[in-house]
Formats: sequence, structure tokens, C-alpha cells
Amino acid sequence: MKLSTDEVKRYSRHLVLQEFGLENQLKLKKSKVLVVGAGGLGSPALLYLAAAGIGTIGIADFDRVDVSNLQRQVLFDINAVGRNKAQAAKERLSLLNPEINFEIYTEKLTSLNALAIVQQYDVVLDGTDNFPTRYLMNDACVLANKPLVYGSILRFEGQVAVFNYRKTDGSYSANYRDLFASPPDPASVPNCEQAGVLGVLPGMIGSMQASEVIKVITGLGEPLYDKLLLFDSLSMQQTIIGLPRGNSRNSIQKLIDYDEFCGLSLGANKNDMKEVTVQELKELIDSKADFQLIDVREPHEFDICNLEGELIPQAEIPSNVDRISKDKKVVIHCRSGARSGNMVQWLEKNHGFTNLYNLKGGILAWAREIDPTMPSY
Amino acid sequence: MKYKVKAFGVTKDILGGKEAVVELEGQTVAALRNQLFQKHPALQGLRSLLIAVNNTYAEDNQVISESDEIALIPPVSGG
Repeated sequence: MKLSTDEVKRYSRHLVLQEFGLENQLKLKKSKVLVVGAGGLGSPALLYLAAAGIGTIGIADFDRVDVSNLQRQVLFDINAVGRNKAQAAKERLSLLNPEINFEIYTEKLTSLNALAIVQQYDVVLDGTDNFPTRYLMNDACVLANKPLVYGSILRFEGQVAVFNYRKTDGSYSANYRDLFASPPDPASVPNCEQAGVLGVLPGMIGSMQASEVIKVITGLGEPLYDKLLLFDSLSMQQTIIGLPRGNSRNSIQKLIDYDEFCGLSLGANKNDMKEVTVQELKELIDSKADFQLIDVREPHEFDICNLEGELIPQAEIPSNVDRISKDKKVVIHCRSGARSGNMVQWLEKNHGFTNLYNLKGGILAWAREIDPTMPSY
Repeated sequence: MKYKVKAFGVTKDILGGKEAVVELEGQTVAALRNQLFQKHPALQGLRSLLIAVNNTYAEDNQVISESDEIALIPPVSGG
């Protein structure tokens, strides 16, 4: 394999970089990298990997670009809103670097298709935004013996690591399950939609992931394996935690149902969850019915708009169970109905409540259907 | 014994700040974890809470001392 005249020109800053050189540029050209999630982390990672000259880049994302993504997902502009992210990313990146071969996956990665896709690549970059897909990618990479460059973000902090890296002695470095063997209860760790994220943070963490991918492929420097990097953008402090030699590897035998593993599909339970619509809630309020209304959002969300419910942020629910009535109707709400639904299920399962109702569609539905003057966010 | 604990991510909300001092009788990571769980039940919901001592992953039976740097690292899913 050689570089064309155009490629020599394009990658000249790599080629003159003494430690990098033609040899490593050719390694990038020969390599295949799968980026799972073209969102906050995927945006900078894809831009830099495409710019750097990775030969084949796979982009997996089933989601569509939303206006609220543009605050951090710098791969997209207003023309991409409403379009599939993998498709829009491919078009944008093809303009950045036409030398690259892109493969896109617009369906959701699941236990059924993930392994076959991962097997076609040399390195996988995890830019996903939920626990089931993170465990899925981890297990698929362990089963396929592929290194996984992990990154995750929330608010002002991020984590980076290289999992399942094949070391010089032939053994594999720690993987995600060595750090976090069991997934958290769905309600206990907020995601970016709920708790927010500083827009520039994924730019930093995703760029670190792209850098680690290049190190893994070229062998330059010391890839971040058997380590977990913690980064806090507010203090600019970076901490690197040494990880144990993993022993969870042997427990990963096949891909499983990750929604179930992460407690998200409680099957019958979920269907049994009682709900009220915003119209029904309005009737309860107007008729001055005796019921308790609990808002599980965060205080700063409460300040944006509220239904005068009792504010118990979801993280504080476990230590405030005694504030929730057991002998009258209790309506629990959040922004969209997701967090409150999780809390209803958690309270039913762990504390035997039978009088809880989730507000369908949350305060967003209220703003849409009952009070259009209420701000939506 | 008094141990100084540094909180990351969502554990900052649960402990109410970036740092906390935990008083307990025992001298192991397991004792510290139990004490934290009792005082802050919301930590139990994390199910996997990584505890690092002096910037290294710590097993439950590891002995800790007051001068150790202890960190609580929760799982994070955002991307």
C-alpha cells in the first residue's frame, strides 16, 4: 500500500512529524475503525479520525439530529436537523476527506447484529449515551478480541479508557465490566438530557478518544489501557486511576439482553405501570382532589417551569421514601415522563408502593396540551 | 479513624460536595463502602461504585489509612 500524491500533500504534517512518519500514516490508511454513536463524543472523534486518514470508518447511529444536539455535536449544522446522524455524518466527513471509505449503520446495534459488525473492524470507539449499549459494545469487543476506546461524559466531567487492549504478552487489558460489574439502577445515574453537559466537554473527551485510537493503531506512545482517566473541566484536573488485571473476561460468553440486564425492560411490570394523562392531572387539580404531586426533576429545572409539585430530585428519592404518601393517589412527574416512570417502577419494586401514577409525557405534555405559555426545554 | 474521600460525577450530588470526611471504626475499603451506603442510601443505587485508593482500583479487603487519597468513581453513561 502506498500514499497517492494527493495523500502525501494532505497528510504532510503527519509525515514530517518525526515519530509519526509514512509508516504510521500507512497504518492509519490500512485500518478500520467503528465509531458507535455520532453524537457529542462521536462528532469530534469522527472529524479527527477522518481528517487523520483512517482507511475505513464505520458510523453507527440510528438517531436523528435534533436542534438541541447542535450545542455540542459539531459535526452537524441546521441543514442536518431531522436527518439520520450516520448518514448526515458520512456526507459531512466525505467533504472533509474524500479518501476515506465510510460504512454506515442506521439501525440500532443490538445483541443480534453487534458482533458481526464489530468483527469487521480493528478498533471500536464507544460514543454511546446509555448503559445497555455500553455493556453491549464492551461484551462484543471482548468476544471479538477488539480494543474498545471508551469515553463518557456528564455535566463538566468525563472518563476515558482503552479496554480489552491486547498487550505485548498476549493478554488483554481490563474491560468495562472490571470497573463496573453491575449496571446502576436506571434512576440512579442521570444522562445528559436530564442533567446537562457543557457543550465543549465532549469536544475534549471525544478528541482524547480519537487520539487513543490513533495510538492503538500506530503503537505510538502508551495507550490508556489498564487505566481510567477522569477529567474535570471546571478545575482542569485530570486523574488517572490504575485498574486491575481484568478477570471478568471469562464471564463474558455471549451477548445477552442488555435492556433487561440494565433493568430497563421490566416486561409486564412496565406495562402494569399506572399512568395519568395531563388532562387527568388537570381534573385532579381543578377538583381539588386529595392527592400528592411529586416532581423528580432537579431544582434548576423546577425554576424553569413547574406544576407546584413537591420537589424531590430523583437521586434523593431513595433517602426520602418516607415523604411519599402510601394512602392516597400519588402522581410523579419529570420533564418527559422517563425519569418519573423509572422512579415509579423503582418504588413499586423496592418499597411496595401500589398508589403511584406516572404523568404521561411529563411537564412537556402539560406545556403542549394544557398551558402553551409554559416554557419547554 | 477519619478518611478523606473525593467524589466524582453523581457521587458529588449524593455526598453534597467534592470532598467528604468519613468517620468509621473499620480500616478496609469494604467498611468504608458500608458506612457510605448507610449514610447515603442513594449510593447503593449505583450498584457498581468504583473506589480508588491512591489512584489505584481498590479491592474490598484492602486496608486503608487516614493519609490515603480515596476517590469514589460512579458509572457515567452520557455521550
